Amino acid sequence: MKILVTLKRVPDPEMRPKIKGTTLDLTGVNWVMNTFDEYAVETALRLNEKADSAEKLGEIVILSIGPKEVATQMRNALAMGADRGIRVDAQDVDLDSDSVARIVAAVVGREKPDLLLMGKQAVDGDANQVPQIAAALLGWPQATFAAAVELAPDGKSVIVGREVDAGLETKKVALPAVISADLRVIQPKAVKNGKTPESHTYSEGPRYASIKGITAARKKEIKDLTVAELGVALAPKVKWLAVEAPPARKAGIKVADVAELLKRLHEEAKVL
Amino acid sequence: MGNVLTFIEYSDSALRGSALSAIAAGRQLAEKHGGEVVALLVGKGAKAAAAEAQKVAKKVVVVDDARLEHGLAETYAPIFARVAKEQGATAVVAVADNLGKDLLPRVAALLDAGMASDVSAIVSKDTFKRPILAGNAIATVQIGTPIVVITARQSEFRPVVPGAPEGQVIEAAAGDIDARGAEFVGIHVTRSARPELTDAKIIVSGGRGMKSAENFKFVEELADTMGAAVGASRAATDAGFAPADYQVGQTGKVVAPDLYWAIAISGAIQHLAGMKGSKTIVCLNKDPEAPIFQVADYGLVADWTKALPEIVDAIKKLKASQR
Repeated sequence: MKILVTLKRVPDPEMRPKIKGTTLDLTGVNWVMNTFDEYAVETALRLNEKADSAEKLGEIVILSIGPKEVATQMRNALAMGADRGIRVDAQDVDLDSDSVARIVAAVVGREKPDLLLMGKQAVDGDANQVPQIAAALLGWPQATFAAAVELAPDGKSVIVGREVDAGLETKKVALPAVISADLRVIQPKAVKNGKTPESHTYSEGPRYASIKGITAARKKEIKDLTVAELGVALAPKVKWLAVEAPPARKAGIKVADVAELLKRLHEEAKVL
Repeated sequence: MGNVLTFIEYSDSALRGSALSAIAAGRQLAEKHGGEVVALLVGKGAKAAAAEAQKVAKKVVVVDDARLEHGLAETYAPIFARVAKEQGATAVVAVADNLGKDLLPRVAALLDAGMASDVSAIVSKDTFKRPILAGNAIATVQIGTPIVVITARQSEFRPVVPGAPEGQVIEAAAGDIDARGAEFVGIHVTRSARPELTDAKIIVSGGRGMKSAENFKFVEELADTMGAAVGASRAATDAGFAPADYQVGQTGKVVAPDLYWAIAISGAIQHLAGMKGSKTIVCLNKDPEAPIFQVADYGLVADWTKALPEIVDAIKKLKASQR
């Protein structure tokens, strides 16, 4: 199967963001692969390999939309095992979810993958929109918030375990389709392709690149494209006006014991 | 002038708690748009909830069709888009639960509209505040399209109180339905007699420090003394101590109850993003340096194995004295 995986670079989510005036101060931030995109890459690799063998079951193309520096994170995905990359040159400030989805849909039109696999959201903007918008633009079915992915025996559809409000839903989507990856898709038994033996257990989490993988990634192709070459007119529908720090919670107190805790909850906070 | 199409969820003949928050957000936006709230009920048997919906909206559009039993974005989104146009809507609103998050971007795309997700405040007809970076910053965003689409963070919109059943109910046909190759297979529902996390006034959550799924019964026991919902940190759900849909946090459920108990939860940014809007936060942790103490109104440094039974006893006594 041919899988297109999208990858965004984001400021390291472990670092507290700096706000200068009404904008985010990105000087000196450490850029990393968006967590959910890394999970999408891992999911694609598990779908397209027969584990413990060198056999590949298809091609994995990494798509990034960003400045040339994003090639660093793309190389990481190539080192994990993806086959090649496409970078569409753009700056985050000129994009919104809708324009990103349009670019993704245009690349899908060129590449014609069987599956578009994306992180459920970028952990900087937290919008959680692009996979759904792209699916709508393509007229494809969508399986968002995937916690488990299984390729149907006939290879024509994918059965996805989705985290929904009431529990875990199972949804079947005919290929081509859009899947957005959630946290639990990287659990040891979450991805099944019918080729990797049932007995195989993956390590939890996305894989690390091997030395061999890193060497191989240097020779893998990253093709640069412009938005204009894709025939997309950038017209963002949403613009960011300002960014501010969230209201701080005032520091509380430490209570001495259970008796004091209950007394304060009852008499002071009046919640019991 | 435009109306605000507001998607409300129901269960049998009742509205879900989230519906009342959706209407609250819809009303705020309707005021800015100079129109009225048009509530939208969609699904198999949706008609049964119309009587309740009449109590919260002047106009209720019901699309009741057996083919809409399951909330598939592929089949629901075109109906939302069509009804929005029929009702002269300049805004479409739903709460930012998983259903709303799955559906509304698809609706926005069909309406060629800009969308703001997880809105925490409505500034004007086209401008919204929303948390970004796991709640570490708040962005103000402006939508430039004639129709605006938002999902509203349920915990930030106080549920409306139903009034007299005065709303007009309009039944609309589902029309052609094309699931685009998507098919609902099944659902594994986590059943609980406790309140839903997103509606609960009190929540007791357990973290990695609970050490096992077995020990989670102590968290449940505390919850049951207060009629509370049970939640968990991501570390606890990842470790299998609690089901995934118990997860409170940026990537789980965002909650803001009157009282939130964090038991043996360290307080990772991810978790704090999902609960720091709670009115009163209590934490119990044996590590006095745990970040959770920085957001807790009342912190108790103690081992849960010792303190939790004491708290349960004390609350039972307090409740008994209140009878």
